[in-house]
Amino acid sequence: MLYRTAGQYKTSYEADQALFPVRQDAILLMVVLALAYVIFPLTASEFTFQTLLIPILIYSLAAMGLNILTGYAGQLSLGTAAFMGVGAYACYKMITLMPWMNPVIAILLSGVFSAGVGVAFGIPSLRIKGFYLAIATLAAQFFLIWLFEKWAWLYNYNASGAIQVPNLDILGVYVTGPLASSVTQYYVVLVIVTLLTLLCINLTRGTLGRTWKATRDMDIAAELIGINLMKSKLTAFAVSSYIVGVAGALFVFQWRGAAEPNLFEIGLSFEVLFIAIIGGLGSILGNYLGAILIVGLPVVLNIVGEIELHDVSLAVWVIIALVLGGLFAAAVSLRSKGTMIGVAVVTLLLVGYAFAQSRGFELHSAMIEHLNIMIVGSLIVFFLIIEPHGLARLWALIREKLIIWPFPH
Amino acid sequence: MTQNQGYTTADGRQIGGTVMEMKNITLKFGGVTAISDISFDIHEGEIRAIIGPNGAGKSSMLNVISGFYTPTEGEVWYQGAKRPLMRPYEVARQGVARTFQNIALFEGMSVLDNIMTGRLTKMNASILSQAIWLGRARAEEMANREKVERVIDFLEIQSIRKTPVGRLPYGLKKRVELARALAAEPSILLLDEPMAGMNVEEKEDMSRFILDVNDEFGTTICLIEHDMGVVMDLSDRVVVMDYGKKIGDGTPTEVRNNQAVIDAYLGVA
Ligand SMILES: Nc1ncnc2c1ncn2[C@@H]1O[C@H](COP(=O)(O)OP(=O)(O)OP(=O)(O)O)[C@@H](O)[C@H]1O
Ligand SMILES: [Mg+2]
Repeated sequence: MLYRTAGQYKTSYEADQALFPVRQDAILLMVVLALAYVIFPLTASEFTFQTLLIPILIYSLAAMGLNILTGYAGQLSLGTAAFMGVGAYACYKMITLMPWMNPVIAILLSGVFSAGVGVAFGIPSLRIKGFYLAIATLAAQFFLIWLFEKWAWLYNYNASGAIQVPNLDILGVYVTGPLASSVTQYYVVLVIVTLLTLLCINLTRGTLGRTWKATRDMDIAAELIGINLMKSKLTAFAVSSYIVGVAGALFVFQWRGAAEPNLFEIGLSFEVLFIAIIGGLGSILGNYLGAILIVGLPVVLNIVGEIELHDVSLAVWVIIALVLGGLFAAAVSLRSKGTMIGVAVVTLLLVGYAFAQSRGFELHSAMIEHLNIMIVGSLIVFFLIIEPHGLARLWALIREKLIIWPFPH
Repeated sequence: MTQNQGYTTADGRQIGGTVMEMKNITLKFGGVTAISDISFDIHEGEIRAIIGPNGAGKSSMLNVISGFYTPTEGEVWYQGAKRPLMRPYEVARQGVARTFQNIALFEGMSVLDNIMTGRLTKMNASILSQAIWLGRARAEEMANREKVERVIDFLEIQSIRKTPVGRLPYGLKKRVELARALAAEPSILLLDEPMAGMNVEEKEDMSRFILDVNDEFGTTICLIEHDMGVVMDLSDRVVVMDYGKKIGDGTPTEVRNNQAVIDAYLGVA
């Protein structure tokens, strides 16, 4: 009923290949864009900007970059954080060498440098695959971090070895540095992320996207039908590293405000990889879903930790029960094993926690940190086993069922 | 019959001159000689079959033609010139398309996208134009989609256009693989056991498609097949291989009456 496609006939290939062949998708997107561009900026607190909105967008972008390489072109990489670092340092050098430069242009150009470095470190992919390639990208990870530490020119010989983002303005409005407001920083990130998402959607649905997917699915057959594997892999490294580099520049310039080499350690590479896996490899939407989950989870856990459950009113419990029950019923009717297990686990955790709290148990912030790691860990295992295509696949399933609902054949 | 001239088939079709010629091909894998000193030619517009018992070296020969294996000795001549050492993708770009004995589709993509990959060699809009999805890239996408739709109609697979290939039954996968090869509008189409594992009805469909492709587009076809009945019906000329050697070459009737062939292959079957 929600997704009624009847009466929406396609009359040309052009229409068939439009971004949103189903009208409801377009409406949903409009709602999301309205939220992102109007509602959130009007209502969000400083805390929400800094702990949720801005990092979610930046992590989504980084994961999207990695997804191009790993999800679409099938080339595993563990060096994402280092390529983010290349973007960040390139942006810093450009802005300090050419202070007159428009900071947004500098951020967009910084990806060019990471793309170059990415292609260089992508050359082993022409010879090796899978696990071995992952190890080769580790070399990039360690080498680049070492370079960020030892090459003093990169951080302008600061005694601290760190880079500080200067205050830079466009037409009198500060967009980077301590003087920039959160709203401005958020808008800069949002516009750049929207733009690059659009480019990624276009690239992945067209010629290049097919070239990448063919390389990923069966490289021998790809070469025999006329695909130059070298070109296919290196363009994937270039495009991916460009996006990851821009994400790195945003990470430092629009969010952290300062950076030391250890900010780009391998832990960050894994974090981005987890977002891509949980969100769904080979999906654009998934990066957003994954980032919302990974960035949002610790925030939600902290809030839950502060709530005294016995103070929660009955009405709220009823609503929670209805939502969980409804989700479970939906999961059963959609035969989505993954969602069923997910809802059941959340319910159990909630009940268990309520019980424990009534016995005097308290969630300390240190415990929340561990809990966060445990949950992310189990989610990874869960998705790898039950739903390798991640949250994006779960959404696709639900959408597919909604299209034929309530008349399944 | 191996001169560079055409000939007329038993059913009256006019066949052109030599388009591809294998000259003294030998292929060794370490100690194993998969092909030893084989020569044969393929004429423009004909359906050429390669037959032989298991392990005879048929697939290896197809792999040599499509550039996947480099022969240890011998030369491949294509369109009147000796083919230099090439990567397989370069051979494909010269108009050689193929299907595989063990289906090699891109499992993570839809039927339509799989067939569209057949046209990648014809698409060359710049990355930038693809990224903004305007001008060249868009026009190219639509023009090629139209060609692909013609192949889809031709092979009667309209209804599975948007299905992920992973969900298709075996027989349809074979057909989609043929579609992908046809989408490339090849001058030579190589088919490695296009009917293996199919039921009678599917085999009949596939035979019809192969004949139609040859008939309507004039595509030169070189196919490997085990089913003797099919080979006799489809092909204009047959190469018979056994243990890496050529033991027969000629029209189906000639081959069927060749004593060496009867001993090695037909007698066993
Ligand atoms: N890549 C390879 N490495 C080593 N040996 C190979 C390789 N490819 C083929 N061979 C060997 O070459 C010989 C010919 O194999 P080929 O696959 O060409 O036979 P075929 O005629 O296609 O057989 P079938 O009817 O079973 O498909 C076999 O002995 C096979 O083991
Ligand atoms: Mg074979």
